[in-house]
Amino acid sequence: MTDQISVESVTGVDLTLQIAGPGTRSYAFVIDWHIRLLLAGAWLLIAYYVFDIALTVKSAAGFLSILPATIVYFLYHPILEVALRGSTPGKRMAGVRIVSRDGGPPGTSALLIRNIFRLIDSLPAAYMLGLVCCFVTANRVRVGDMAAGTLLVLDNAAAERSLQRIEALATGSQLSLDALELVDQVLERWDSLESASRIQIARTLLRRLDPGADAGALDALADANLRAMLQAHLNSNTAAAHV
Amino acid sequence: MSDAPYIRQWLVAHAAAWRGVVQRVAALRMQRNATVDEALGAVEAYRGLARDLATARRVAPNSRMTSGLESLYGHLHGVINRRPRGGMAALRVLFADEIPRAAYELRARIASMGLLMALSALAGWWLVTTFPTLISLFASDDMIEHVEQGHLWTEGIINVMPSSILSIGILANNIVVSILAFCAGIFLALGTLYLIAMNGLMLGAAFAFVHQHGLARALFEFIAAHGPVELSVICIAGAMGVALGESIIRPTLESRRDSFQACAHRIAPLLLLCALLLVGCGFIEGFVSPDPRFPMVSRITIGAAYWLIMWILMSGRLFRVHARR
Repeated sequence: MTDQISVESVTGVDLTLQIAGPGTRSYAFVIDWHIRLLLAGAWLLIAYYVFDIALTVKSAAGFLSILPATIVYFLYHPILEVALRGSTPGKRMAGVRIVSRDGGPPGTSALLIRNIFRLIDSLPAAYMLGLVCCFVTANRVRVGDMAAGTLLVLDNAAAERSLQRIEALATGSQLSLDALELVDQVLERWDSLESASRIQIARTLLRRLDPGADAGALDALADANLRAMLQAHLNSNTAAAHV
Repeated sequence: MSDAPYIRQWLVAHAAAWRGVVQRVAALRMQRNATVDEALGAVEAYRGLARDLATARRVAPNSRMTSGLESLYGHLHGVINRRPRGGMAALRVLFADEIPRAAYELRARIASMGLLMALSALAGWWLVTTFPTLISLFASDDMIEHVEQGHLWTEGIINVMPSSILSIGILANNIVVSILAFCAGIFLALGTLYLIAMNGLMLGAAFAFVHQHGLARALFEFIAAHGPVELSVICIAGAMGVALGESIIRPTLESRRDSFQACAHRIAPLLLLCALLLVGCGFIEGFVSPDPRFPMVSRITIGAAYWLIMWILMSGRLFRVHARR
C-alpha cells in the first residue's frame, strides 16, 4: 500500500500526492551516489593519467585536481536540486521528486536547508538516522525534509503518457473503460507474464468479454491465438461490458 | 443500464483538452518566465482539469485515466504554485531584511554562546595550568612537540602549502564546523552546547599551554586577524543551533515539527552570511595570519575591521541605505 497525502487546492479538488517510501528514496539516492562517484572518480583519473598530476593535497596541482572532484561529490545534490527544481538524475530515474508541503516545487532556501541537514541524516554512518526517520515518520521524511518542509513524492510520468494511449484505444473500441484498460494492461505485460499464467488470464478475460463463445474452442487455442483474439477485442466495435 | 458507454464517450470528448494541458505543462516547465496570457491560460486549464479529475475519481476511481489525470493535475499545480526566481531583488531582501531579522531574534542567544565559549576557555586555561599533562586531551602530539621546541605549529605553514590552498582547506573546515553547530541543535540543543563548550575549552587550553612556553603572544598574533570573526561566527552558528533545539523543546506553533520547520526557515539566512564570513576568514587565515611580514598592528586592524563589517552586515544597514537611494 502506498502512503498518500491530500493537499488543498483553490479549485476545491484536493491534490493527491503519493509519498515515496524508504525503498524508492534509497534507490534514487544510490543512483545519484553512483553518478557523483563516477563523475568525481573520472575527474581524478583524468588528472592522474592524462595530466600526470600526483593526487595529494600537499601540492598545488594535486590539491586543485582534488578540489573539483570534492565539489562534484559534496555539492552534487544542492546544486542539481536547486537547478532542476527539486529533482536530480537519480530521482528522475527512480520516478520521484521533491515537493513542498503545499504540493508546489520547493524554494531555493528549502532545498538548501534540506541539504544542510544531510550532515545529521548521515549520522552515525550510511544515512542511518535519515533511514530510520523515513521508517518511523508519518510522511516518510528524513530530518532534512522536516526542517525544510519538503516531501519526496512519486512522479508518475507514465500515467500521464497513458492518457493518450487510453484516448486512442477508447476512440477505436467499443469495450467499456474498465475492460479496455484490463485488456490493454494484459497485452502490455504479455511478454513478461509466464506462459501458463497469461493463457489462463486470457481465457478468463475472453469468456467474460464474449459469454457466448465456445469454452472448448477457447481451451484449444494456443498462446499466440489468444493474444490475437484479445487484440481483436481491443480494436473491435462490438460493445462488451461484461468484464 | 450500464453507464460504461457514457464514460468512454466522456473520455473521448475531453481527451483533446487533456492533450493540450500536457503540452502546456511541458512548455511551462521549460520556461523561466510566463506571459500574463500563458499564466491565465494555465489557471483556466487547472480549473477545467480539476472538474474532470473530480468526475474521473467518481466514475472510474481506479482507472489509468484517473491516475493519468491525477499526475497531470499535480504537475499543473506545481507549475501554477511555482515560486518566482528572485534574482537581485531577493538577494537585497535577504541581506536587508531576513538576515538582520534573524540576527536580532538571536541576539540574546548569541551573547549566551559567547559567554559559554568564554567560560569554557577559562575552564580550559585553568585545567591546563593546574594539570599540564591534560594538554594531550586537547592538542595533537605534533602540536605539543612543536610548542615544546619553542615554535608554534603554525610557523612556516605557508612554506609547506601555498596560501590559496591553505585558505580553501581552512574555510571548508570552518564552514563544516558552523553547519554542524547549527544542525546539532536538533538534539535538543545539547549537541550545539557541547560543540561550543569544546571549542572554548580547546582555545583556553591551547593558550594556557603556549603561555607556559612563552608563546602566547605569538599565538595571539596568529589569530588576531581572523580570530574575532571566526569565533563570533561559531557563536552565531551555536545560537542558531540553540534556537532550533528550543523550537523543539518549547514549540511556538501547533506541532513541534511545524515549530522546528518555521524556526529553520527563519534563521537559515544567517547561516548563509556565516558561510560568506568564513570564506573571508579562510583567506585571512591563509594569506595574512601565517605571513610574518604583517605586523601586530595590521593584524589587529584587519581583525577589528572585519569584525565591524560582520556586525554591519548583520544589522542590514548597508543594504537598507542602498535601497533608500
